Amino acid sequence: MDGYYAWMIVATALVLMMTTPALALFYGGMSRSKSVLNMMMMSYVAMGVVGIVYVLWGWSMSFGSEDKLGGLFANPFELFGLDGVGAGSYIAVMFQMTFAVITAALISGAIADRVKLSSWIVFLPLWITLSYFPIAHMVWSTGVGFISKHFGAQDYAGGTVVHINAGVAGLVLALIIGKRVGFGKEPMRPHNLTLTMVGAGLLWFGWYGFNVGSLVFVAGDGGKKDIAQFMSETGVTFLNTTIATMAAMLGWLAVERILHGKATTLGAASGIVAGLVAITPSCGAVELPGAIAIGAIAGGACAWAVGLKYKFGLDDSLDVVGVHLVGGVIGTVLIGVFSSSDAPGGIDGLFYGGGLGSLGDQAAAAAVAILWSGVVTAIIGFAIKYTIGWRISEDDEVEGIDFAEHGETAYDLATSTSRLGGSSVTVGAVKEGVSA
Amino acid sequence: MKLVTAVIKPHKWEEVREALETFGVTGMTVSEVSGYGRQKGHTEVYRGAEYDIALVPKIRIEIVVDDNDVADVTDIVVKAAQTGRIGDGKVWVSSVDSVIRVRTGERDEAAI
Repeated sequence: MDGYYAWMIVATALVLMMTTPALALFYGGMSRSKSVLNMMMMSYVAMGVVGIVYVLWGWSMSFGSEDKLGGLFANPFELFGLDGVGAGSYIAVMFQMTFAVITAALISGAIADRVKLSSWIVFLPLWITLSYFPIAHMVWSTGVGFISKHFGAQDYAGGTVVHINAGVAGLVLALIIGKRVGFGKEPMRPHNLTLTMVGAGLLWFGWYGFNVGSLVFVAGDGGKKDIAQFMSETGVTFLNTTIATMAAMLGWLAVERILHGKATTLGAASGIVAGLVAITPSCGAVELPGAIAIGAIAGGACAWAVGLKYKFGLDDSLDVVGVHLVGGVIGTVLIGVFSSSDAPGGIDGLFYGGGLGSLGDQAAAAAVAILWSGVVTAIIGFAIKYTIGWRISEDDEVEGIDFAEHGETAYDLATSTSRLGGSSVTVGAVKEGVSA
Repeated sequence: MKLVTAVIKPHKWEEVREALETFGVTGMTVSEVSGYGRQKGHTEVYRGAEYDIALVPKIRIEIVVDDNDVADVTDIVVKAAQTGRIGDGKVWVSSVDSVIRVRTGERDEAAI
């Protein structure tokens, strides 16, 4: 099984790349030029904070053996600081850590341009501890976790744990934190869609680690059965991940062409992510037709859903709800329709003669994740709002959060001939050996 | 002496410059500006959200010319910048009291 081990090292690094830089680029390009650095920093900071929390008590709380409260979470102190975890399991720990990181980072898109970095840093460990680790335990501690035990729902790589979880958190935080100054009145168009296109492409690339790396062995003894499973199952998940994403991109483009007249680059980038989100829970449950259907439905539905926030006056700045919550629910619930017993998951859904049983299980799993994440995020969100507060001052927000929070600006937009722009400096203010 | 100011479409700038150079205009000041006239900007759609972009990028050219050349220079600019579509821009002429060449201190016509 050395091949599997080598693949998991690569897969882990691929998922790491999804947060930094892929998600940072994807989100950064969609934000305004005065807040791109802060947007990217929210992903980078999530990497640091969540990663360290994960090795301290995250692994123990998600996958430890001492289950608490009927499958809601595991004892955070059993394997605290990876005490008692063998080095042979470190890659597994790291792989799961990268999932926690990107889930937290995904939320940042809903609250762009207006949140204090310090409040984000306080939010991160609270949220992954109270929302992410429990849901990961509920879904992925097979037969022990609450959702796994009661519904046996399928979630191959994180439709509930990652996308519904982050999507609901984004929705709740956007409501608690409120709209940006000028939302709905002034244009807040993406400032650099080339960054977004690069980010979307890198996310797609990294997602192979995310989905294909999420294989769990049935036998688990490293024998011939495991090898056979590895050799066939990775093919299915790789194929499904690819094809569903292609279908979703085309689905999004088709819907926006009909609704708004043009197929856009932002639509292509968004469709890619919507498809990846929807195939995340379902990549091991469906065959090729199911993957195409789930992708196309997710792409089309998300393209329509992202327009709803204006009707509700919700400033989910970069559409975490419209893409991750909607896509996550579609992928999770449609397993109950398109899953096939010929796929690795081994369960027939509605269209494959399996009746409504699987559909009910999948919907219940989605509902539990929505409820848990919603309640927990609301508690944390209000706690921060009424203590340290979430928002930077209105003046700072209008000036640009990049300078207010980081003392930097992303672009020196002055031309080389300009002496009035950014490049001339007062001699007295120069600190680092620049001779005027 | 007159100041000819022209606000034109950015992609017409090279043609205007070439035509003026052929005529013999030796210098000008050019800036990237934004504004709008009857065209009133345009609409862009991002994820279903329509944005009215009020300001359109333009190029502003400023040339100080001798009174005798005003008609020729304005004609050249208008001809080179014209596409016939809305948003082509405007040219206007204003009087200049005095011109001084910084390098030599020459004044008025000699400084043009």
